[in-house]
Amino acid sequence: MDRQHMRSPLARAMGLGSAKKGVEHWWAERVSAVALIPLTLWFVASIIAQTGSDHATFITWLRTPVATIMMVLLLVALFHHTALGLQVVIEDYRHAGAKFAALVIMRLSCFGLATAGIIATLHIAFGG
Amino acid sequence: MMPTSPAKRPRPLSPNIQNYRPQLTSVLSIANRISGVLLSLAAVVLVIWLLAAAAGPEAYAVVQGAFASWLGQVVLFGCTFAFFLHLCGGIRHLVWDMGYGYELGSIYASGWTVVAGSVVLTVLAWIASLVLGG
Repeated sequence: MDRQHMRSPLARAMGLGSAKKGVEHWWAERVSAVALIPLTLWFVASIIAQTGSDHATFITWLRTPVATIMMVLLLVALFHHTALGLQVVIEDYRHAGAKFAALVIMRLSCFGLATAGIIATLHIAFGG
Repeated sequence: MMPTSPAKRPRPLSPNIQNYRPQLTSVLSIANRISGVLLSLAAVVLVIWLLAAAAGPEAYAVVQGAFASWLGQVVLFGCTFAFFLHLCGGIRHLVWDMGYGYELGSIYASGWTVVAGSVVLTVLAWIASLVLGG
């Protein structure tokens, strides 16, 4: 069967799935996953290279433009992917009121942590 | 939401996981989810680490000290394995999403590749870290 015919032309044009935001969520999770492959491998290789280094060495490394840019990109993609993934976990195991509260707390925490990490990185990069 | 039936009796809840013998496929499926949740916690540690570095040498030394403790090393090792498991498992999912690897043989081959790959990459990462860190 042609799967395309299971959806209305409007739903297909808008990229919507069977209901609500399923397709959008599915795509965002995969796009952030693909972005995280190079970003996390860079991060792991970098912290291996930084093993045992003191504060000054670490700061000097993070202040290099490539490291600053990669760290900010990592934080954006990481917390976007984390929020999407944890959303599915919460939706699978929590229902009704508890689900709503957990989703709000999780989403706000991801925004807060991403912002804190980015500000810390920029503070190191541009601070005196 | 299901309409509530007049005669209420407890319905079995899907998927009754305890009734099934664990298989590579199901174990890797739940492992991908568990490792993802653990990596969410590791992401919090990453932010704490960056905040400590931004705060100054004293705060940074406290966090580095925690990482260097035996408990810190065990947690970091666990995070490394969770990372490579989620990375390899995620790549396996991306290949499936492109429409490849659905034959039973391919599913088991890719599954064991994920297991072996994440173990090997974790060990290699720690050897590299120990060599460089002294």
